[in-house]
Amino acid sequence: MSSLSDPVRQKALGLLARAMPERLAALFPDLPDHALLRGPEVGAVMVRGRQGGTGAPFNLGEMTVARCSVRLACGTVGHAWVQGRDRGHARRAAVLDALLQTDRRAVLEGAVLATLETEETARRDGRARKAAATKVEFFTLVRGEDA
Amino acid sequence: MNAQALTGGFTEAPLQAAIGFRALLTALSRPGTVMTLTGAQPVAPLSVAAGVAALVLLDQTTPLHLAGAHDCPALRDWITFHTGAPLVAAEAAMVAIGTWDALMPVSRFAIGTAEYPDRAATLIVEMPGLATEGAMLRGPGIDGTARLSLPEIATFRANRALFPLGFDAFFTHGDRLAGLPRSTSVEG
Amino acid sequence: MYVAVKGGERAIDNAHAFLAEERRGDPAVPELSVAQIRQQMALAVNRVMAEGSLYDPDLAALAIKQARGDLIEAIFLIRAYRTTLPRFGASNPIDTGRMAAVRRVSATYKDLPGGQVLGPTFDYTHRLIDFALAAEGLTPPAPEAAPLGPVPRVTGFLDREGLIEAEPASDTTPPDLTREPMELPANRALRLQALTRGDEGFILSLAYSSQRGYGRTHPFVGELRIGEVAVEVDIPELGFAVEIGEITVTECETVNQFHGSKTQPPQFTRGYGLVFGQTERKAISMSLVDRALRWEELGEDNTGAPVQDPEFVLMHADNIQATGFLEHIKLPHYVDFQSELELVRALRVNSEASE
Repeated sequence: MSSLSDPVRQKALGLLARAMPERLAALFPDLPDHALLRGPEVGAVMVRGRQGGTGAPFNLGEMTVARCSVRLACGTVGHAWVQGRDRGHARRAAVLDALLQTDRRAVLEGAVLATLETEETARRDGRARKAAATKVEFFTLVRGEDA
Repeated sequence: MNAQALTGGFTEAPLQAAIGFRALLTALSRPGTVMTLTGAQPVAPLSVAAGVAALVLLDQTTPLHLAGAHDCPALRDWITFHTGAPLVAAEAAMVAIGTWDALMPVSRFAIGTAEYPDRAATLIVEMPGLATEGAMLRGPGIDGTARLSLPEIATFRANRALFPLGFDAFFTHGDRLAGLPRSTSVEG
Repeated sequence: MYVAVKGGERAIDNAHAFLAEERRGDPAVPELSVAQIRQQMALAVNRVMAEGSLYDPDLAALAIKQARGDLIEAIFLIRAYRTTLPRFGASNPIDTGRMAAVRRVSATYKDLPGGQVLGPTFDYTHRLIDFALAAEGLTPPAPEAAPLGPVPRVTGFLDREGLIEAEPASDTTPPDLTREPMELPANRALRLQALTRGDEGFILSLAYSSQRGYGRTHPFVGELRIGEVAVEVDIPELGFAVEIGEITVTECETVNQFHGSKTQPPQFTRGYGLVFGQTERKAISMSLVDRALRWEELGEDNTGAPVQDPEFVLMHADNIQATGFLEHIKLPHYVDFQSELELVRALRVNSEASE
């Protein structure tokens, strides 16, 4: 049934998860009929790091996560796991995940995903540009013995 | 993941989980009492009662062993989606589900340690029937004696001898469930 | 000895009402919003997330408001809240090499690929009170420049030359002290978990003690970086991993002198710090304490310094455990004390009689 390849679906789910809940709700306010298979529910995911950045894993601490699984009237199933405690965010993202596997995909990619991606890129770019302005430029001073 | 695996969980998790947990607690603290459990519609061959027990007892931190015919793709998916419990070999299991024959030999399961007697397995035994007749039970939570249709006697006598170590057991059939903690003495 | 007593309900209710009023303060002063705390007290929020061991800035900001700014009380609230959450799983280890860094400095190399990026730091401020902040006003936007490329790991340079101990990747499931009681000896994964959620003041003091000579390890900050990293989780129902969000973390890698042992050639060794949020002091402290605790596996001498004693460090690092045990002694111990009183009186009678 899935017309999406895993990497495409993976990328869409990442964008939906990182979106601000209120922004996602503004871009896609009305949810079509759907059945709830699990959740929406709030829980935690243990975030792991690596010793020395590259070594064996260790437990860094948890983060809050909301997740939801839905089924559309046509039978298509959608899933979402999103950071935070917003059940509505998880539900909306799960419905969108399902819809992206239907013939509404092209419309939604344009109306929702492309907008989210543009805004995310702009936000990241702004932080990166401010950080770049704090890069140190060293000047080598003339040393006495060289004179 | 199979579409069937995504259905049959709790529809009102907080309420149904609390009611289910209370029933499991009662069954284990009143050996020989048969409880009725509802709220789960698991995939075959898991019974409704064992399904509710699975939803109540299992999460990411409770390694589960599926024994015999219960170790099938449909049930593996159902368990994974609804509970997240890791599926493991008998020796590493905190909970095991299967028929009595499939669970044997039960010496494979954890019985806890002197420091941590709680690190023992809980067996959920799927039964062809469940009735308050047969083996005679004595011990904590029983006023005098009680009877329960256990699959056999000797193994449970041996398990009682390990106390405070040993496994605990639930017996399930359809939507019915009874409990047998390691503290119960079993006679023929 | 503990004896149950009843009474005091009305006093407790009234104390809570008084607390609520004091928390709000003068109603003529505008009330703080959670968003204001999250935005403008961000480093307090970060500390509460790190030591509360739960990444959720809104929740941490609310906890700070509820706790009247008492950060340990706020951490307590977060710890209590997290026990109510079902655990959905564990993430794949975050890749700090792919961090979108807003700060990245090295004390070991001046010219390094990616450069020294100061970011929003206090380091070069003059520590003079800025009275202009007492008045409200608009802050001008920070200057911008063309974004920098990826920033390679500093220890990677040493690694390529074989001058620093290897840190081989593995996929071992780490122990989790929030699920199993901590047992000693604790492996490095367990120690790092205890340190990253440990009290900042305690970890800082231990690190400082090692610098002053109690278990000295000669550290250089090889690299300190702060920024956002993606958190990726394997989703069973999908069959692949998905990014579920982004978190800000601070990472510190120290490079330490090591003269070699029977089994290892002279080379540099590593200390590691990784903490939720922009939490630089904590991350540096953590990496010093991590390195000091590794004396045994590196074949170094135990000089008897507190920072080398895993039991001393790990069993006293948690400020919620500490405050719980400490503060309980102010609660009623009437019966214990009564028995002590009787004992002292009896001893005095005996000693007077024997004189």
